[in-house]
Amino acid sequence: MRVSKWISNTLYSIKRRGFTPHSKPKRSSIIHKLFPWPTAAVPSAMSDRKLSPTLSAPRVIPREPTRRSLFRALFYKDSVCAWIFIAPALIGFTVFYLAPCLRAIFISLTDWNLLRPPKLVGFDNYARLWTDAKFWNAMRITLLYVLYNIPIQTVVGLLLAGLLDRLGRSVVLRSIILAPYLIANVIAAILWFWMLDPLLGFINALLQSMGVERISFFSDQHLALPTIAAVNIWRHMGFVALLFYTGMQGIPRSLYEAAQIEGAGPWRSFWNITLPLLRPTLVFVLVTSIIGSFQIFDTIAVTTLGGPVDSTRTIVWYIYESSFEYYKMGYGSAMSCALFVSLTVVTIVQMRILRSGQSELG
Amino acid sequence: MNSTSSRPQLNLARWLGYAALALFAIISLGPIWIAVKTALSDSRTLFSGASSFLPRDPTLFNLQRVLGIANPADPRLAQMSYGKIDFLRALVNSAIFTILAVGPQIAFSAMAAYAFARLRFPGRRSIFFLFLCATMIPGIVIYIPNFILIKDLGWLNTYQGMAAPYALMTPFAVFFLRQMFLSTPRELEECARVDGASYISIFFRIVLPFHRSALATLTIIASLSAWNDFFWPFLVGRSESVRVMAVAINAFRQQQAGGTPDWSGLMACTVLGIVPIFLLLVLFGRKVVESFQYAGPK
Repeated sequence: MRVSKWISNTLYSIKRRGFTPHSKPKRSSIIHKLFPWPTAAVPSAMSDRKLSPTLSAPRVIPREPTRRSLFRALFYKDSVCAWIFIAPALIGFTVFYLAPCLRAIFISLTDWNLLRPPKLVGFDNYARLWTDAKFWNAMRITLLYVLYNIPIQTVVGLLLAGLLDRLGRSVVLRSIILAPYLIANVIAAILWFWMLDPLLGFINALLQSMGVERISFFSDQHLALPTIAAVNIWRHMGFVALLFYTGMQGIPRSLYEAAQIEGAGPWRSFWNITLPLLRPTLVFVLVTSIIGSFQIFDTIAVTTLGGPVDSTRTIVWYIYESSFEYYKMGYGSAMSCALFVSLTVVTIVQMRILRSGQSELG
Repeated sequence: MNSTSSRPQLNLARWLGYAALALFAIISLGPIWIAVKTALSDSRTLFSGASSFLPRDPTLFNLQRVLGIANPADPRLAQMSYGKIDFLRALVNSAIFTILAVGPQIAFSAMAAYAFARLRFPGRRSIFFLFLCATMIPGIVIYIPNFILIKDLGWLNTYQGMAAPYALMTPFAVFFLRQMFLSTPRELEECARVDGASYISIFFRIVLPFHRSALATLTIIASLSAWNDFFWPFLVGRSESVRVMAVAINAFRQQQAGGTPDWSGLMACTVLGIVPIFLLLVLFGRKVVESFQYAGPK
């Protein structure tokens, strides 16, 4: 929805400036010989065909078609040309997305440590997973992490977006808010690991100057997971806010004015206008951020490594440990397939609950 | 009369709002500033200056030593037991990885997106549907088989091994560009067809120049995600000669897992890893912000 507005703006600016191709081909250039694109046919006002009535008539008939018959066959026919265009992407997709996906299912049915050839074991890995307390603990911790992360992130994002929408629309402010999202996960993690260091960290120094005991955020069994969630809320809140802000910009101002005339305060117009009309954005943000949140890995790899006492061993960290530290490829793949299935279920349930397809504006 | 009674209250709300916005800005930038401060401080002042906002005895020494350009005769090098890191190498590796992963990715994704948006061929819908489904796959599912593939190819710890899965396409790039190509009128392209242009000529001479704004948006998003990428390079590119910025920072931190980490060195690396992003924001702030703003909900 927003994209279309952006496009129409772009189109409008092109309409004003006129459409000018980057380089005007010279008669003698090789490119021109290869691609007989008539220079005169480039319209100066592309969006208004009435201005150049000659456009619709085939003014320039391609010269000497017989000499380039192979070229013609390749680049003038829809179906042939299409396969040439998608070939590189299709190869990349097959080799690095589709085949690995199918191979992951196959690997999950084997016992494989990369040293000996894989041994087919049927559904043993899945049976083991079902009774593995560590796996269920990892799932529990991941779910807990999502529950810490998503509600706060969404509410803070909405609040910030509301403030941006009402008070500040400057690009500078928006870039400052977005900045944490642009830096790497690893950098955000190490930054906060330093800020929260029990001995030398800035936050603990502040706490101490206020007379509060120093807190070892990352090495406390009960605080480690919420702390990691907080780091990721910090990194994502600006981005989420920006998406909500963009959604809010699409809500007609007249609705707010009407509500104000009817005597509704800002709180009521937020609940009864902003939130319902923001639903498509809300669905997008929730679905993508929950999928991302379930896969938390980078922050843990830099800070706690799953500890203390397994309190931050989330599912992706556990899969990583099994596959790349103990080289249990089969078991790791079985768990990742289980994660894939559960994420798909979570997404479908969310779509159902949030009735994503409908928008109040129609 | 209603307006006169509510105005002071409204003003108060307004000021509270501005205060909240300022607070958010401080929360966003504060930690980054603390990293800059630490990177510029002498590591002996870390304890005494923990709660200060400005570096004590500011020095570029930390930045110089992680880049390996500190004067070898500097007495400070001998005094402290610093971690060892060649961060200049890591930054160069990150740049190479980003270029290898993003350049071809955008070219090939644009070609595929054009075919999906404009050309008619059997299987178009089903192939595109498969591409779309791929955006849903959790990374770890395909990392395991891809790791084995890269290992079997003998590409572990090489640039091509790290960049290969991104270089030919990413589902997001194809999807994003297809949306862009679809949302513009096709009259111009049809005119060119009538005038005898081939599809390849239309693609290079009309479609790409016309959509350069969308291509710039995608370049920004893809480059930032490649620059910041961690998990995949961490799996296949750990050796010092190819490891990227994020992998190097993680290795540097784990190096000193036992004792007190070399904080000033770590923060120097952190600051150097943020500098390119900071430059991007300063030079093309509006474009960057709008890229992320509009590329989200499609």
